[in-house]
Amino acid sequence: MRRLTPYLLILPGGLWLAVFLVVPMVFMASVSTQEGDVVNGFAQTFAFSNYTDALARYQTQFLRSAGYGLAGTVLAVLLAYPVAYWIAFRGGARKSTYLLLVLLPFFVSFVLRTVSWKFLLADDGMLLGPLKSAGLLAADFHVLQTTTAVIGGLVYNYLPFMILPIYVSLERVDPSVVEAARDLYASRAGAFTRVVLPLSLPGIFAGVLMTFVPMTSDYVNAAILGGPANTMIGNIIQTEYLVNNDYPVGAALSFTLMAVMLAGIFAYARVLGTENVLEAAAR
Amino acid sequence: MRTGDRLLRIYVWLVLAWLFAPIIVMIVFGFNDTRSKSNVSWQGFTLAWWGRLDEFPLLTAAVLDSITIALLVTVIATVLGTLMGIALGRHRFRGQAATNLVMFAAISSPELVMGASLLSLFVSMGVETGYWTIVVAHVLFAVSFVAVTVRARVVGLDRSVEEAARDLGATPWVTFWRVTLPMILPGVVAGALLAFALSIDDFVITQFTSGSTTTFPLWIYGAVRIGVPPQVNILGTLIFAAGAAIAVVNSINARRRT
Repeated sequence: MRRLTPYLLILPGGLWLAVFLVVPMVFMASVSTQEGDVVNGFAQTFAFSNYTDALARYQTQFLRSAGYGLAGTVLAVLLAYPVAYWIAFRGGARKSTYLLLVLLPFFVSFVLRTVSWKFLLADDGMLLGPLKSAGLLAADFHVLQTTTAVIGGLVYNYLPFMILPIYVSLERVDPSVVEAARDLYASRAGAFTRVVLPLSLPGIFAGVLMTFVPMTSDYVNAAILGGPANTMIGNIIQTEYLVNNDYPVGAALSFTLMAVMLAGIFAYARVLGTENVLEAAAR
Repeated sequence: MRTGDRLLRIYVWLVLAWLFAPIIVMIVFGFNDTRSKSNVSWQGFTLAWWGRLDEFPLLTAAVLDSITIALLVTVIATVLGTLMGIALGRHRFRGQAATNLVMFAAISSPELVMGASLLSLFVSMGVETGYWTIVVAHVLFAVSFVAVTVRARVVGLDRSVEEAARDLGATPWVTFWRVTLPMILPGVVAGALLAFALSIDDFVITQFTSGSTTTFPLWIYGAVRIGVPPQVNILGTLIFAAGAAIAVVNSINARRRT
């Protein structure tokens, strides 16, 4: 009985994950090689041409998503690191208050925050309107429907996911290690680049993992803040599934996206060990 | 304080201001005396919208659905996730690595792919999507977060207290309810709050599994093109205030314990 205990504890949740995470992936793989339409039904024909067709048709959006995801992730690291650093080393007794401030925006729906940005950045909105009437900006200047707006939205929405893991890794850095480096005549910059930064790399890795994947597969920012020239692969998949009901093409695209992501994730997990990443994700 | 530190502190506050800017806009424009459909420019202060919160029956229904879904998801995910967290933190067993891997996949898979694969399953099986498929999907992503949170608590637990309970004649059942559960409760509560927050805010997976059911985020997304009424701002403000209050109380309690 005692030996059965862990299995009984795992069973309900494990079954849920198996039935609704693993099984659907198998179904999606199957759907991705089917042919047909929503009226007459779909039939399994092992049409692997779905993949080649979809990739040929949407490679622009794939590459654009990768570019946006990459740019967004790099910007997020650069913006988040100083914040995490300051909270970890200069936050003092108010560390948890600052962390709470970083997390509080999450209590407003992601969609609602993005819509708020759309209003803030509108052509005659609160930010651009006054600048335009003061003659500081050209009348046709706009931020919405540009690449800047979409990447800005992505960075905005996922920044806390970068701040937290970096903070966690910096918090673990023993200040006496830094003092030791200084005592051994390292300059301030040297102590940072040769001691603090390497110790915080796991946090950066975890943060990259937690932001690159959702940024690259995002479609809400492109839909709300972007224009026709900013369509990401997520928008295409969403349209194929929910508007065109062309499930095979949508499935082939999702599968390709997931394969690329998984390859990246496993490479990262190899470097870090899954437990570390999970722990970072939990904080 | 050195100049560098001072600049760094200003920078941190600028980033925080950036994070809060759209939220302040949301709160303020719930009081905007706007006449047009688009609530974009300031027209003057009014409390009128607070009296007309339920002007849009579909919006009211969407908010109620969001709340009841989040509550259901919280209960299911907390129970399942807590059991998993205990198993993973306490026991060594075959299949542990596989369980960790699947949980890791559930946490790090793109929501888009999870939504698309669930819809593939539902379409293939002829399941009509709606309220209950949303619940199923939300539990799916919430359960791993609860399990990881609880596991972290279980790992740090002093086992000798439970052994003492057993030495004093407590059955495993009594030991669990009177000793283990109270000790891991902070982890369970944190996991439950996380599950609720993730569910009520979710958009992507919900859109794929919702069918004709509409949740609060879905309603807003649908309203963007026609114009978002101030009622949305107020409802968003109320949810934010409730969530923020719980988070603040929770964080003060956590600090008092340590």
